[in-house]
Amino acid sequence: MKKFLLIAIPMILRAQAPVTDERLLHSDNEPQNWLHYSGDYSGERYSLLDKINTSNVKNLELKWVFQARSLEKFEATPLVADGVMYFTEAPNHVYAVDAKTGREFWDYEYRPSRDARVCCGSVNRGVAILGETVYMGTIDGRLIAIDAKSGRPNWNIAVGDPKLGYAITHAPLIVKDKVIVGVAGGEYGIRGFIAAYDAHTGKEAWKFYTVAGPEDPQAMKTWAGDSWQHGGAPAWLTGSYDPALNLVYWGTGNPGPDWNGDSRGGDNLYSDSAVALDADTGQLKWHFQFTPHDEYDYDAVQIPVLVDDTWKGQPRKLLMWANRNGFFYVFDRVTGKFLSGSAFTKVNWATGLDESGRPMRAPDMSPTPEGKLIYPNLFGGTNWYSPSYSPRTHLFYIPSWQDSNMNMAKMPAEFEPGQRYTGGVPRATNMRRGSRNTPDENSAYGAVLGIDPQTGEKRFEFKMDDVMDGGILTTASDLLFTGGREGYFYALDARNGKELWRASLGGSVEAAPITFSVDGKQYVAIAAGHALFTFALREQ
Amino acid sequence: MMVRSTIFLFAASFLGAQSVVDTGRELYRANCYVCHGQDGDQVPGVNFRVGIRRASSDEEVSKIIAGGIPGTGMPPTNLAEPQRRALVEYLRSMHPTAGGSKAPGDAMRGKAIFEGKGGCVNCHRAAGTGSHFGPDLDGLGATKQAAYLEEKILDPARDVSAQNRMVTVVMSDGSAVTGRRLNEDTHTIQLIDQKERLISVSKSDVQRYTLLTTTPMPAYQGRLSEAEVADVVSFLLSLRGQ
Repeated sequence: MKKFLLIAIPMILRAQAPVTDERLLHSDNEPQNWLHYSGDYSGERYSLLDKINTSNVKNLELKWVFQARSLEKFEATPLVADGVMYFTEAPNHVYAVDAKTGREFWDYEYRPSRDARVCCGSVNRGVAILGETVYMGTIDGRLIAIDAKSGRPNWNIAVGDPKLGYAITHAPLIVKDKVIVGVAGGEYGIRGFIAAYDAHTGKEAWKFYTVAGPEDPQAMKTWAGDSWQHGGAPAWLTGSYDPALNLVYWGTGNPGPDWNGDSRGGDNLYSDSAVALDADTGQLKWHFQFTPHDEYDYDAVQIPVLVDDTWKGQPRKLLMWANRNGFFYVFDRVTGKFLSGSAFTKVNWATGLDESGRPMRAPDMSPTPEGKLIYPNLFGGTNWYSPSYSPRTHLFYIPSWQDSNMNMAKMPAEFEPGQRYTGGVPRATNMRRGSRNTPDENSAYGAVLGIDPQTGEKRFEFKMDDVMDGGILTTASDLLFTGGREGYFYALDARNGKELWRASLGGSVEAAPITFSVDGKQYVAIAAGHALFTFALREQ
Repeated sequence: MMVRSTIFLFAASFLGAQSVVDTGRELYRANCYVCHGQDGDQVPGVNFRVGIRRASSDEEVSKIIAGGIPGTGMPPTNLAEPQRRALVEYLRSMHPTAGGSKAPGDAMRGKAIFEGKGGCVNCHRAAGTGSHFGPDLDGLGATKQAAYLEEKILDPARDVSAQNRMVTVVMSDGSAVTGRRLNEDTHTIQLIDQKERLISVSKSDVQRYTLLTTTPMPAYQGRLSEAEVADVVSFLLSLRGQ
């Protein structure tokens, strides 16, 4: 007994310190933790942990499972700080558990207002942490600060009115002393925005409207009439941050109504765009619009991936972006200059990108009342699923949908506060229906793509019979973890996409995997179905 | 029935009698379509053409539309009551018994042909009789229309749906099995063979795998008279399921 205690004490007394903004800035110094939604500020989802490697990954075994009570999609990516894991189950229920065993320390269930309306599921993708506070956005448009030791709320503020369709579904981004969130509601005629709040008080620090209005008269002209008032352009996924440039990068969503652009003539800035904002003031430094005057619901709501690498032989600060519209882009992230772009899936709404990166629209491909068959379908060539970049392989990894199409039909749309404002009917024609899949030659399928950003060429394609909504994680041991709708969780060789290991988890993977380590042991965690699974190597 | 008529009239007074289902259809397209799909069967376990499990009355359906279903992907809406009622009318109209396909044949004679001369039971099961090898036809009458069924009987090879395709699998040891594919993912295939065995194979054990474009079902054009086909169609339409 005495011997047991002597061994156990150091583990029990594992150091736990507040997660300061310094720690968040230098999260690479502590790869045992997963302190940001995307692992670090760059959005690369690349971990320095390498104890699980291409040789021993076959020895992964299940360590623990967390069973959610909610039957909603489990889209949350956990955080891990000093052995404590924080995550949410839908809609807004936060848990703090022992990362090693899954045993619970506390939970906090926020019950969103019945007024909450979300287009595509009452989901939440995770929390952010700063100091000893955990931050969660809610589907009824609120932001809540929660004590990381007790689970008790410190403050709870309104970000947007749920009755009008404003909601928050993503994990906030912490920059210095601010909590930054965007809003969902692109199918309800909201006026989208990204806003920063004081982490201690919840007081609004700045707000950037993703639909340009009177405060931005030039860009406002890209909206016919008063269409900007209900222009949508939600920002429903976490952004990335470059501390040296002090810029926050964020993707914005579709203009509304989605499939009927008649009332909103013009490019509709800043919908479907990458925006680079000053982290202290929210001021727009530059923007790039991927799909001007979108009529296909191609939200540019993806994780901006910040990569420092050479470009044409010169070191350069790059921004890489796999977009829902089917194209993969590389930018100079200092200036926003478009460097290259190419399609990574079948695209028929555009014939390519011009020199400035603007899509060249294919003639006669706007939705009509009868409908147009559009590739990719509204879910896109990829969507909000986290991609990854490995500085070892220099490859960009895209969770992609291949050959998906949809008959997009236009309908009249009249704005009514809080009502759906989509102006169309999309009908998927080559997707799985129900719980079983019977794919054929015309079916859409999922694939992890390994893209060489320098050329846009596919180095490999790891195919799945069904499409995938899972994110990607890569590691310093050249592993790539991901999963798809079929419920398989995979470890691939990041160099060539070869499968090294898989587990059948019995439910769709709709979140991104993370890796962390506790007491020197590396773990990998992934949500699938209605549960969170954590794996580690079998003891030898 | 009484309740439904009352609601129909009530909703009609707001919306105009002819347009209630049409209004409901528009509301469906605007609010429900993305998740539930055109045929109301896109959410696993939910099929409006068969019924709505969670609600036994129109009022309950309307309540769900207003309040959503907590803990699931079904959100609340702020549709006004007449709109909800129009939507309920449309959902009810999706159930084909509401529309009513008028088949000219005789269902009892059709059953006799199905089980006898037609040889249908050699592959298909209906009303508790027949093989499981082909698609089970119970409940078919609740989701299909007469014209569709007639076409399938006369020319089954014309358009074999992805859900009903046959596969031939040659295993690594050279043994082969042909069956109707029930499910397939990246690594496995599930099928049922002519001996009605449920078989699951791992693709890593397979030498060759062919998804067939043909169907083993014979075309009944010329094998059955027009009247006999009509009888079989009537029998199939009578299969409303549980």
